[in-house]
Amino acid sequence: MKMLRILHGTNYDFIKFWRTAVAATIGFILLGLAFMGYHKARTGEAVNYSIEFTGGTVVQVKFAQAAHPDAVRSAVDRAGFPGSEIAAFGSPADFLIKVPPKAGATSAPDAPRIGAEIVASFAQTIPGNVARVERAESVGPRVGAELKTKAFTAILISFLVTLIYLAIRFEWRFGVAAVVATAHDILTTMAFLAMLHLEVSLTVVAAILTVIGYSLNDTIIIFDRVRENLKKQRKESLYDVLNRSINETLPRSVMTHATVLAATLSLLLFAGEVIRPFSWIMAFGVFTGTFSSIYVAGPILLWIEHRWPRATGAENKGAARAAAEERRREQRTPVATR
Amino acid sequence: MPLKYRVLTIVALCLVSVWFLFPRNVTQRQRGSDGLLHDVTFRRIPLQQGLDLKGGTYLALEVNDSIQKIPQDKKGEAIDRALKVVRTRIEGFGVSEAVVQKQGSDRIVVQIPGIQDPERARKLVEDQAFLEFKITDKTQALERALPKLDQVIKARGLVAKSDTAGKGAATVAKGLQGLLTKTDTSKKADTTKKGAKAAAAKDTTTPDSLKIQPGGAMSSLIEQGQMPGEFYVEVDKVPTLENYLADTAVKAALPPGKDLIAGTDSTPLQGKFYRSYYLVDSKPIITGEYLTKARPNQSPTDGTIVEFELSNEGGRRFRTETGKHIGDYMAIILDRRVMGRPPVIQGAIGTRGQITMGGKGLDAAQDLALVLNAGALPVPLRVAETHVIGPSLGQDSIDRGRTAAIIAVVLVVVIMIAYYRFSGVLAVGGLTLYVLYTLAALAGFDAVLTLPGIAGFVLSIGIAVDANVLIFERIREELDRGKTVRTAIDEGFRHAMPAIVDSNVSTILTAAVLYQYGTGPVKGFAVTLIAGIFASLVTSIFVVRTFYLLWLNRSRGAQTLSI
Repeated sequence: MKMLRILHGTNYDFIKFWRTAVAATIGFILLGLAFMGYHKARTGEAVNYSIEFTGGTVVQVKFAQAAHPDAVRSAVDRAGFPGSEIAAFGSPADFLIKVPPKAGATSAPDAPRIGAEIVASFAQTIPGNVARVERAESVGPRVGAELKTKAFTAILISFLVTLIYLAIRFEWRFGVAAVVATAHDILTTMAFLAMLHLEVSLTVVAAILTVIGYSLNDTIIIFDRVRENLKKQRKESLYDVLNRSINETLPRSVMTHATVLAATLSLLLFAGEVIRPFSWIMAFGVFTGTFSSIYVAGPILLWIEHRWPRATGAENKGAARAAAEERRREQRTPVATR
Repeated sequence: MPLKYRVLTIVALCLVSVWFLFPRNVTQRQRGSDGLLHDVTFRRIPLQQGLDLKGGTYLALEVNDSIQKIPQDKKGEAIDRALKVVRTRIEGFGVSEAVVQKQGSDRIVVQIPGIQDPERARKLVEDQAFLEFKITDKTQALERALPKLDQVIKARGLVAKSDTAGKGAATVAKGLQGLLTKTDTSKKADTTKKGAKAAAAKDTTTPDSLKIQPGGAMSSLIEQGQMPGEFYVEVDKVPTLENYLADTAVKAALPPGKDLIAGTDSTPLQGKFYRSYYLVDSKPIITGEYLTKARPNQSPTDGTIVEFELSNEGGRRFRTETGKHIGDYMAIILDRRVMGRPPVIQGAIGTRGQITMGGKGLDAAQDLALVLNAGALPVPLRVAETHVIGPSLGQDSIDRGRTAAIIAVVLVVVIMIAYYRFSGVLAVGGLTLYVLYTLAALAGFDAVLTLPGIAGFVLSIGIAVDANVLIFERIREELDRGKTVRTAIDEGFRHAMPAIVDSNVSTILTAAVLYQYGTGPVKGFAVTLIAGIFASLVTSIFVVRTFYLLWLNRSRGAQTLSI
């Protein structure tokens, strides 16, 4: 039978490199922290939160032709919004202007009015290049604080739920390893965000959560193999079982990552500026998710095993029960469907 | 399950999906404005575009507790009542397809597609439209309280350092006094003369003793107006005064039972603008709750006005109260601002009255009539969030999203078919049904299509084939072990199950948590995720399996499988 196969029947010792891998990922996270420190020194904020979290106003304008950022900046200053952040948005004719919130205000700033004032100022200082407001959004100060807490609670609770589910379906050590791997993904993604100085918006939070789900998926696929292989060969050490399971699931990993990456890259390249941070994080997530499934979840599982060795053989009730279940399934004659 | 029923199930699912995805008329029972239930038929269009795609105005409103403190447990109920009022007002705005919803327990979300005037929309929902009629003070209560107020402000350390108003301002004030009375008599002689006389007759103090003494922080800010209880404050100094008045100690030092409220008008005098303030009784003689009808009008003498009518009961109360106050001035207060100049009460007033709009146009009068008709908001609201998206930006997002989706689909199809050949074709068939089922599920959930939603959907196409990949790899393993094609397929599906179930259930659990604790876009994203997972489970486990069985039936005894 002819099949197109990649990475079939491999026998790499993935786990051997875990020290290097852990050092690399810690280095990556530290580099991200350094970037955060740099941003903090430069702008006063370590994380580039969107107005959804900080409050304030954002106005997206489109000029008829390319405009110089300095001219835009001085026009915005003249309009009475000094200290605004100005950035080109996809093309030299599109700009995103972020106006900081006024101190002491309780309601959201009047975004459409601010947009109109800025465009009026453009008409004076940049004549002949007509600008129009594409988008004007503003958020009051209270919403942001609430959102931060909510996002944080959501992530924590999803961790807890995952932990409980995996503890029931597998064993508590698998649950802990999966959650640590997921936490690692959040850290590396935050580091990646800092390196690219991407804006953390609600959409980005959604992307991070997708990365978490995706990485968890990947970890579970490998763990499922580990569970299966543990039932089959009880003489093999966990180290070997882990390696074998990673190798066996390798073709699947490559294929799934390929299709997800294909979808992510088309988003990154074609879906436009508004969704770009989301696409960046997903693209990064494919890599960090794969990495953590092998090099974080694996070593953590080994470490737990080393620290709290599991009972072997028949004493292992969980494994015994699973094995019995497997035997029962084997005995059942396959029902012919037609 | 026999193969026949498998195929029937798939066809039935497709038909249901198509039915969900077609626009249709839906009849619902709704409580109309008359309080009765009506059958309302409206066209339900599935997968409506969100505001970020079609352009429009989004406003999120919350209780403004900086104006009025509301206990947390009362907020939900207050928001419910406010929701009705906001809805009536937005309906009066004349935009079809506008959506007014409660979000969470303490927020109202207003979405108006394609609106040209977002500022007007904001005013329409933010104005509380709380109408009160109050009698202005004629006893010089504020003048008498001034020394105490000056002291309090000094003691509280509220005096602004830049505020150098002192003797200078006071001398201007004296000059103004003369000017003011002149303009007054010429302008409003007919309406105020009678009242002024009556007021003068009642006053026992001599005009000289009324003069505001210069020196104190408060005294230097305010000038006496041209009628009892009226004061002028230079427009530039209004924030200073508001700052004083916001202080609780200063509030307590105001004459008991009286409020100092700003007017809407500013008067130009000697090149400067002055804002009117009025000292009025705290207790209104009547409020807007008795108002039954309001309509805008033009009056030759007062310019733009809003005429209103009170209910019979309101009219009775109004008549009695105004009867008691003949000769007094009555301030018409809307949302803590005195509208126009308080007119003098010349006789008992019945059910009809009018509000003068000052220099404002008919637009403003129309909006005021609209909010008065809809009723006052039970609590003051403020805008917590506003998003205004231009129509071209939305179209651009749709175009780009479509391009990205098509390219993603093509890439995934190419990868799957190139690697898995015939089985890849089956998987692509499953993927087609996946798209159909997911969109139908989203339509069933009444989900709104947003840009992050589209991105999530594109991504889910890449993720959806994962279950297929898992199964195919398992089938390959079984074939490697020398099993027959039929057994290999059976075993492949069976062995892939635990991994598929565990990975998807944990994702569903995460999505459920997001749905529970997330807001707005995050919630929508969670819905997309859940719908996608279910559709992916159905198609990869059930549909693709059926495809295999169909193929096995057609080519009995197939020795090889293209996978």
